Amino acid sequence: MKKLLLSSIIVLIGFTFIGRLSYLQLFRFSPDQILDDPAIKKIYDYPERGYIYDRNGELMVGNQAAYDVMVIPREVKPLDTLEFCQLLGIDKANFIQKMKKARTYSPRLPSVLVPQLSKEDYARLQEKMRHFEGFYIQKRSLRFYTTTGAANVLGYISEVNEWDLDRNPYYVAGELKGQTGVEKQYEDVLRGTRGVKYIQKDRFNRDIGPYKDGKLDTLPEQGKELRITLDKNLQEYGERLMHGKRGGIVAIEPKSGEILAMISGPTYDPSLLVGRPRSRNYSKLHYDSISKPLFDRSISFEKEPGSPFKTLNALVALQEGVIDEKTKFRCYNGFYVGNQKKGCHCGGGVRNMISGIQESCNAYFAGTFRKIYDKFPTTDEGMDVWEKHIKSFGLGNYLGTDMPTGRPGRIPGKAFYDRWYGDGRWASSTIISNSIGQGEVAATPLQLANMTAAIANRGYYYTPHILKSAGNSGAIDPKYTEPHYTTIDRKHFEPVIEGMYNVYKYGTAKWIRVPGINIAGKTGTVENFTRIDGQKVQLTDNSVFVAFAPVENPKIALAVYIENGYYGARYAGHIASLLIEKYLKGEITRKDLEQRMLEKTLEHEYAKPLSGEPFKINEYVW
Amino acid sequence: MFGRGLFGRIDWLTVILYALLVLIGWVNIYSTTLSDPNLSIFDFSTLYGKQLFFMGLAGASIVFVLFIETNFFERFASIFYIVSLVLLLGLFVFGKTIAGATSWYDLGFFNLQPSELAKVTTALALAKYLSDIQTDIKNRRHQLYALVIILLPALLILPQPDPGSSLIYFSLFFVLFREGFPLYYLGILLVMVLLFATTLMYGTVWVSIGLMMLTILIYGFKKKSTKIPILPFMAVMGVAVLFSFSVRFVFDNVFEQRHRDRFALWLSLEKDEKKLEEIRKTIGYNTYQSEKAIESGGFFGKGFLEGTRTKGDFVPEQHTDYIFSSVGEEWGFLGTATVILLFSFFFLRLIYIAERQKSDFSRMYGYGVISILLIHYFINIGMVIGLLPTIGVPLPFFSYGGSGLIFFTMLLFIFLKLDSNRLKDGI
Repeated sequence: MKKLLLSSIIVLIGFTFIGRLSYLQLFRFSPDQILDDPAIKKIYDYPERGYIYDRNGELMVGNQAAYDVMVIPREVKPLDTLEFCQLLGIDKANFIQKMKKARTYSPRLPSVLVPQLSKEDYARLQEKMRHFEGFYIQKRSLRFYTTTGAANVLGYISEVNEWDLDRNPYYVAGELKGQTGVEKQYEDVLRGTRGVKYIQKDRFNRDIGPYKDGKLDTLPEQGKELRITLDKNLQEYGERLMHGKRGGIVAIEPKSGEILAMISGPTYDPSLLVGRPRSRNYSKLHYDSISKPLFDRSISFEKEPGSPFKTLNALVALQEGVIDEKTKFRCYNGFYVGNQKKGCHCGGGVRNMISGIQESCNAYFAGTFRKIYDKFPTTDEGMDVWEKHIKSFGLGNYLGTDMPTGRPGRIPGKAFYDRWYGDGRWASSTIISNSIGQGEVAATPLQLANMTAAIANRGYYYTPHILKSAGNSGAIDPKYTEPHYTTIDRKHFEPVIEGMYNVYKYGTAKWIRVPGINIAGKTGTVENFTRIDGQKVQLTDNSVFVAFAPVENPKIALAVYIENGYYGARYAGHIASLLIEKYLKGEITRKDLEQRMLEKTLEHEYAKPLSGEPFKINEYVW
Repeated sequence: MFGRGLFGRIDWLTVILYALLVLIGWVNIYSTTLSDPNLSIFDFSTLYGKQLFFMGLAGASIVFVLFIETNFFERFASIFYIVSLVLLLGLFVFGKTIAGATSWYDLGFFNLQPSELAKVTTALALAKYLSDIQTDIKNRRHQLYALVIILLPALLILPQPDPGSSLIYFSLFFVLFREGFPLYYLGILLVMVLLFATTLMYGTVWVSIGLMMLTILIYGFKKKSTKIPILPFMAVMGVAVLFSFSVRFVFDNVFEQRHRDRFALWLSLEKDEKKLEEIRKTIGYNTYQSEKAIESGGFFGKGFLEGTRTKGDFVPEQHTDYIFSSVGEEWGFLGTATVILLFSFFFLRLIYIAERQKSDFSRMYGYGVISILLIHYFINIGMVIGLLPTIGVPLPFFSYGGSGLIFFTMLLFIFLKLDSNRLKDGI
């Protein structure tokens, strides 16, 4: 016993140790520990973000250097605080507070003391910097805009938040990421890939050289430059015209589906969201709940389309053979649904298709609409056919553009009305408002522009998109290069287009004529309502205009939607004509009109429902 | 195959094991202290260079030990012992303080640590006393003298303060047990340790309840024939309960906070997450870092000079007390298991050698050597892998340090010298 005591103890100790070591090194070990090894620090090398050019190769978004003043609190020697604060442009209390914060974070690691100095401040500071030990300047790259427009299209970048970090393992805290618009949609392309350097650290977190002599390190991969389909001049011009007005404009090149302009009013200068004033400006924009500048009305604003929708009803009726272009309806300065009279502005009389479109006759389209439904034994069947045709124009659902936001609009089907009125308790007369683009149908300006492009193409459209090319390769997603055919035969478009041309030549939009350019268009004056203290209140009509030009060989199709602009031709029509002229001719011949459009605002209209007092709508003066 | 000279009679297996351990130790010291790979390994401005020099000194001490007359050690054991006690006393006056402990004499090129010397001399003195023809281990008075020999240096070292080194001397009890010191002392010691730990973990009340249950169990299941005298048994249980009470008192009033923290960490006493985190960052920092380093080595290790935590100096005192964590990180489970096996084999070999001695003195000294080396190994590795609380003792042959290496070497080779003469002397 006494001889074996020590031997057994030795064996016991051996087993215990090996057991514990197996637990530590075999059981608890995991091979990806290297990722959180405190001895290895990853240092990232960020490539420059890709530039963004417009369709003509003009730079829209570049980069600029910004300079962060960094501090390593431990290394700070006593300094002339007053002078330093003056150089940095901050006050002493602020400086002390920031220093305290940096020290709390880590006395050994660098913290940002003053972020994103401008080039001028940097120049002033640079030569004095050596007097202040423990401080240094770190360069970083920020966006730089050569345009004042397209803010919502281009989007902005900002530091990744918790949400991004949770969902995308690529990002680390403090990195910049596209948050909206093109910056978000093409983040991967623009961003490039960061390089990583592995640095061996000691326990005080000091660098002691590269890990494994840098064998694992990677080089950054440059972000690709992007060419987008916008026309910078057209975009900027459109935004100037939108001054003081709310609404959206979308212009599309019909033969490619490329978005030429995408304007939302009110908007903001994209430079506001860069650099030091970013967060202050962002709050201001974000909390502006009245004019909502961050809300992209061109793509997310769904409203009744109004009279432009009549063109589709005409096409559906022609396709179904319930009318031909000579079919006539009488307008009694309105029409009757049962014994209820609905008004019409067209002047009355007998209308055929061309003059019905030309003068936007409600009675004509009510009759046409009924005929579509009357063709079928049940309203449900008629509804299905009508819905199928209308939706083939890209309405009532997401278009599938390469923009990260958007709304589907609404084309109601039978299920919708069964829910609303009850099965079998509605008919074409119940939903007659849809015939003139009021009622339950809704579309975004982008959808209206696309619908117009489909008419311009006589029966097909390309999914609207914003990317022209990325990097050196010209290829884009093939889903943007294949045509979507509508369910309407090509031959039925001609009479409708003729009607739309007459709108411009003789009809509701004869005021907007552009010398030398033939435009096909359709006005819309859309009744709209809001709620004030629970009461449904009618506001001044929305002014809508869709058009394409030239009629013979369409190069641009667009939709202009101006909230509370009253007659379709008044604001939307004029703005559309200026944009078409600008795009096709490059200059404006009608300087008076241009001046008037640039200066006129609708702020007085927007103030009405907020004033708290009774107000008049649809005032004739302007 | 060997001649009858010294080299033929020395136990080469032990020498080879010793050399392997020293070599592996140095390789790891090189890895932990390497800062500039361009310097020669013989550069004495570096710690690994210095250690190489100490290894040379250790070699010299081997030669010195081997060529000394065998009887010399036995004859002068008492004088060595007294000299080392004087040296320990002298520290109170002339000692040099390093890292808060006054444990060194400054010899200019070299810091001498007399507590290391005293380990050798105490082992010798104990063997000498016990092997004396007039000493009877069953005699209470002689037992007391033996205890005094062991505890005197421990008491002198304690106030340096170096509780780790003084703890080492308790290992010499194994020599006593081998020579017939009643084993129930060991039993009592174990029960005390058990009561100590369980009291801290579960409190006196539960320990008392546990003891009561135990009593009931014993009386419930004993054979009718076996008689346990009730009064003495109850007295033992009563003492145990009293001891349990005293543990709480001693722990709360005699121990200092840092000691309490170590136990709090070791026995997972602290339930408050925040405080536990605080303890982990301060007292437990070394252990945490060394565990992490070992864990990150995995099965194969990261490779020689590739240990990121070793390079980053994450484990404090890694070249001295925590050298084993570098083995764990760079050589993985393969390395650590190999080292454990080498040590185990080494100790078993020493026991085998000790048991084959004809001379009582040689056997007793041999047990002293094994006890001292074993307790170092047990406490050091136990601490580095997080099984034991932090107690600062070096890993024999491995840890950086001149005094340690040289005196461990002398400790061992005096024994090998005695062994080489086992067939010659007839005493």
